[in-house]
Amino acid sequence: MAADSQSAESPDDSAVSRGEGGNVLRVAMAQISPVLGDRERNLALHEQQIEAARRRQADLIVFPELSLTGYFVRDMVPDLALDPAGPEIGRLIEAAGATSLVAGLVEESPQHRFFNAAFYAEGGRIIHLHRKVYLPTYGLFDEQRYFAPGERIEAFDTARFGRVGILICEDFWHISAAAIMQAEEVDLLICAANSPSRGVNGPKVRTAETYEQIAKVFAQLLGAVVVLVNRVGFEDGLCFWGGSMVVGPDGHTIAQAPMLDEALTVAAFDAADLRRQRLITPLSRDERLLVTIEELNRIKRRRYGT
Amino acid sequence: MAPDIGRVDLKIHPELVAEILCRFIRNEIHRAGFERAVVGLSGGIDSSVVTYLATRSLGAENVLAVTMPYKTSSEATQRDSQAVVDELGVQTVEIPITEQIDAYFARFSDASQMRLANKCARERMTVLYDQSAAFKALVAGTSNKSELLLGYGTQFGDMASAVNPIGDLYKTQLYQLAAHLGVPEQILGKTPTGDLWIGQTDEDELGFSYDEVDRMLVLMVDRRWRRAELIRAGFDPKFVDRVAVMIRRNHYKRRMPVIAKLSHRTMDRDFRYARDWGT
Repeated sequence: MAADSQSAESPDDSAVSRGEGGNVLRVAMAQISPVLGDRERNLALHEQQIEAARRRQADLIVFPELSLTGYFVRDMVPDLALDPAGPEIGRLIEAAGATSLVAGLVEESPQHRFFNAAFYAEGGRIIHLHRKVYLPTYGLFDEQRYFAPGERIEAFDTARFGRVGILICEDFWHISAAAIMQAEEVDLLICAANSPSRGVNGPKVRTAETYEQIAKVFAQLLGAVVVLVNRVGFEDGLCFWGGSMVVGPDGHTIAQAPMLDEALTVAAFDAADLRRQRLITPLSRDERLLVTIEELNRIKRRRYGT
Repeated sequence: MAPDIGRVDLKIHPELVAEILCRFIRNEIHRAGFERAVVGLSGGIDSSVVTYLATRSLGAENVLAVTMPYKTSSEATQRDSQAVVDELGVQTVEIPITEQIDAYFARFSDASQMRLANKCARERMTVLYDQSAAFKALVAGTSNKSELLLGYGTQFGDMASAVNPIGDLYKTQLYQLAAHLGVPEQILGKTPTGDLWIGQTDEDELGFSYDEVDRMLVLMVDRRWRRAELIRAGFDPKFVDRVAVMIRRNHYKRRMPVIAKLSHRTMDRDFRYARDWGT
């Protein structure tokens, strides 16, 4: 672990915006480098990060995609799968105490389907589980070989963060997923990612640049806070670039973790920012959901004949 | 003459690349339980860049540069290797391979130049792997993307290594990285050669320059331009076809030996684990 990830006081705690409201929320981004295929060591790493986040008064700690297993799990999938209701996840939820928790796992359903999933826990229990819908199977990716696709993109209500949605990595690149989250009226959109570096012709990794653009655009278009947590480290020569970030509803970066290094970075923001931004740019208010549904139904008839 | 396109696609940001590659070397070597690297240093740009990267990521004391001259090796090879060693302060050992190579070929006096070149490359590989055991290190590879694609290397010879930091960089990209790393000018300026026999140069042997072929490779392989698109852009159809055939014919060198499938789980086919499994 990077030494600074353990410190109780960290200079990276972002400033809180001034003004009325005063409901300051603190989100910890656990930018870790999981051990590939070693669940026990990853559980210990999670506990360590959770403890550090609690010391820094985080209201929520977010881990990257597949944080309990590593990314290129391939034939290890059945060996690494967990029951979200099982003792391992229970251990983490207990460790998190009053801090809400998002972490990534290989989930095995009772029917023995395996999902790339992430859960949201608060108050000692899981209140939502997102199963990755868009499993990239192109280029260096082969997720559909190992995972079943999720079939829902839905938001849920939380005690502290209002309405929250979780997407996993590739989900975030689908504008439809963001549109659904807008229709769901999310206040906080979380993306748990495992994004490998590709494109080195500029000072910043190309994939990182694109991710940042998406995060900023979605935050503004949804009028929501976007939390993007990406891992670091290497697997089989692939370099995960980190650069986790929290973006405010005005598209401004509230806090960003370093590129390439492990870090626990805490972003603090005022929940009243959402209200202020939605007064300035009421995109969600003006959204014509029924028009969208009608148009999608028309397209459905055209493309699928039903 | 190839058209003047593809250059922009070959541009790299050397600081970012060096940062990623140094972390890669450290990470892969440490997760395998080692601290050190061994590099076969020829004084050419590829092995010099790898020696610089390894030194930057592991420290000079953790890098062993092995020079393995054969009796026909040029003076420049020795001189330029020494320049790298002097500049970086890495550990070094010279292990000439003339004796064992000549002892072997005494029995096959009619062997072709190609056989000699391949035998030398494989002899150097066995020396490097043995030295890596003595130095408690992993062998760092020095094959670049141009060579790997064109099959311009000896299978189980110079293509063999434990970790290869430069295998996704074209030769012309290595020059950009080398300049950033401070590789001596005399190495940047010299004509690429495997020093396989007296007067040998890569570009004579290949029949085209790295500048030409890299610009086409980056479009063909990375940007997935089709044959007709490359020809329309000005590349000679014969050149396009020749390179495409080289890539295809040499693919076996880039893969594990083919295994006859009998069971439900066969290595590399449906027994699929990351190499970094469990680390």
